[in-house]
Amino acid sequence: MTEYKEEDYLMLSGIQHFSFCRRQWALIHIEKQWDENVRTVEGNIIHQKAHNNMFDEKRKNIIISRGMPIYSNSLGTSGECDIVEFHKADDGINLVGEEGLYQVFPIEYKRGKEKEEDADRLQLAAQAMCLEEMLSCQIKEGYLYYHEIRRRTKVIVDNELRQKVYEMFIEMHQMFERKYTPKVKRAKRCNACSLKNICLPQLNSVSTVQEYMNRMLGEDNE
Amino acid sequence: MKRLLNTLYISNPESYLSLDGENVVVRRDEKEVGRVPLHNIDGIVSMGFAGTSPRLMGYCAEKNISLTFLSTSGRFLATICGESKGNVILRKEQYRISDNKEQSLRIAKNMILGKVYNSKWVLERTIRDYSLRLNTEILKEKSEYLTASIKSIQQATAMDQLRGMEGEAASVYFSVFDTMILQQKDKFQFDKRNRRPPLDKVNALLSFTYTLLVSMCKSALETVGLDAYVGFMHTDRPGRASLALDLMEELRSVLADRFVLTLINKKMIHASGFYQKENGAVIMEDETRKTVIFAWQSKKQEEIVHPFLKEKIEWGMVPYVQALLLARYVRGDLDAYPPFLWK
Ligand code: SF4
Repeated sequence: MTEYKEEDYLMLSGIQHFSFCRRQWALIHIEKQWDENVRTVEGNIIHQKAHNNMFDEKRKNIIISRGMPIYSNSLGTSGECDIVEFHKADDGINLVGEEGLYQVFPIEYKRGKEKEEDADRLQLAAQAMCLEEMLSCQIKEGYLYYHEIRRRTKVIVDNELRQKVYEMFIEMHQMFERKYTPKVKRAKRCNACSLKNICLPQLNSVSTVQEYMNRMLGEDNE
Repeated sequence: MKRLLNTLYISNPESYLSLDGENVVVRRDEKEVGRVPLHNIDGIVSMGFAGTSPRLMGYCAEKNISLTFLSTSGRFLATICGESKGNVILRKEQYRISDNKEQSLRIAKNMILGKVYNSKWVLERTIRDYSLRLNTEILKEKSEYLTASIKSIQQATAMDQLRGMEGEAASVYFSVFDTMILQQKDKFQFDKRNRRPPLDKVNALLSFTYTLLVSMCKSALETVGLDAYVGFMHTDRPGRASLALDLMEELRSVLADRFVLTLINKKMIHASGFYQKENGAVIMEDETRKTVIFAWQSKKQEEIVHPFLKEKIEWGMVPYVQALLLARYVRGDLDAYPPFLWK
């Protein structure tokens, strides 16, 4: 298995961008272009809330840890979990300073509602894979909490999802190494893209600059 | 398209700016005279010396709000610049191009084509709109010269040659600038372009408007991740925003010159709003400067259709869109840099 060096770690949350559009990911993570539109600002506020409580909460059988830094050597990524819940369970793992055994559940906060695309599930699965590596445990499921509908959705972290995450990170590392930004492929998703002002997907449908210059400067009339 | 946010212009030199929550607060003599929420502002231009609190500077740097200081006469002094958009790759490519004569020439040529094309159309439009009022013969003649000049610019093979052609075209264009002044003719005369200092009212207006435009170009370039100080045609000189000056070339006539002509021709400003120093330098009164800024703000809101993108945008967005297109070319997404060609 590949082992990545720490300085080559990519941002874990980038997997959402990557699965949405390769070019969007490259613009944000390779070129560091970021157009903070309303959507992302809202997103930040929700996240701030999730991370706000610096103290971890303990209930009877649950420990809730907020803003936990995570990483994975084999994926070559690091990031943060909004929330990790540890539930007391006989088939769990032991935790430093805690009595009993616990199962681990990553929970990620999202604005909006559940989406058809895999982006959120992939991100959660990647978090689970990090936690497994760090805690040497097994995680079968996690939760996505959707702010708009204020509901948790269970995500089963199955092999198919893991495989996808794994392959995606390999592809991301390759692209990052080449510092390559894929060209625009205009698609429906562009309408919802927070980077469309930087990406200018409509450029694909305009003429070449040469044609534009010829047309305007009237060379072809001669 | 990105939303056009407001630029806050502070024209009173006694004003001190500070941050309060999410607002910029303007104080004069310790008294609060204005308060503006920062969330719909993308730039602050302060003319004068009273100063700004470090906290406001920090906030602006963080939020990507440009903060520019001009002297009372509109001379560029400084700008607060936060962490540059981490786009090293784009910048490196920009530096490579600026070190490469041929590649620089390709971009500069299109910019100058834009410049000459646009100044030609400023003349043409005057001919069309005022054929009954003025001797269009002379304008027509100069316009034809500019048409010819566009052809030769396309053939230019070296930067110096291009600069020469540009200079000639500019002087031909300015030779009839006075003809386009249709009102208050006895009070606003234009002989030739002079800037350090401007020796007549028209030059004072032009210089001031160019300063407003160059600061727009500068923040537009920084916003898209380019280095405003490394140009393709204007050569590097410490403290000179060469790329902003490059980019401004194609916008001068359509944005700034026409604006100045409108101010005079629509009698939005008056000769009494200027005074002359002992050495001949012409200076705008505070009130005149305010009027100009106010008119400039509404000019920026006017909508047009971008000739290349074919998309509706505001005049104020034009520098940003051009900077973006330039970045796209530098990155290799476009076959050439498309200048803003306005008819
Ligand atoms: S606008 Fe379209 S092509 Fe461009 S980054 Fe967004 S989704 Fe990708």
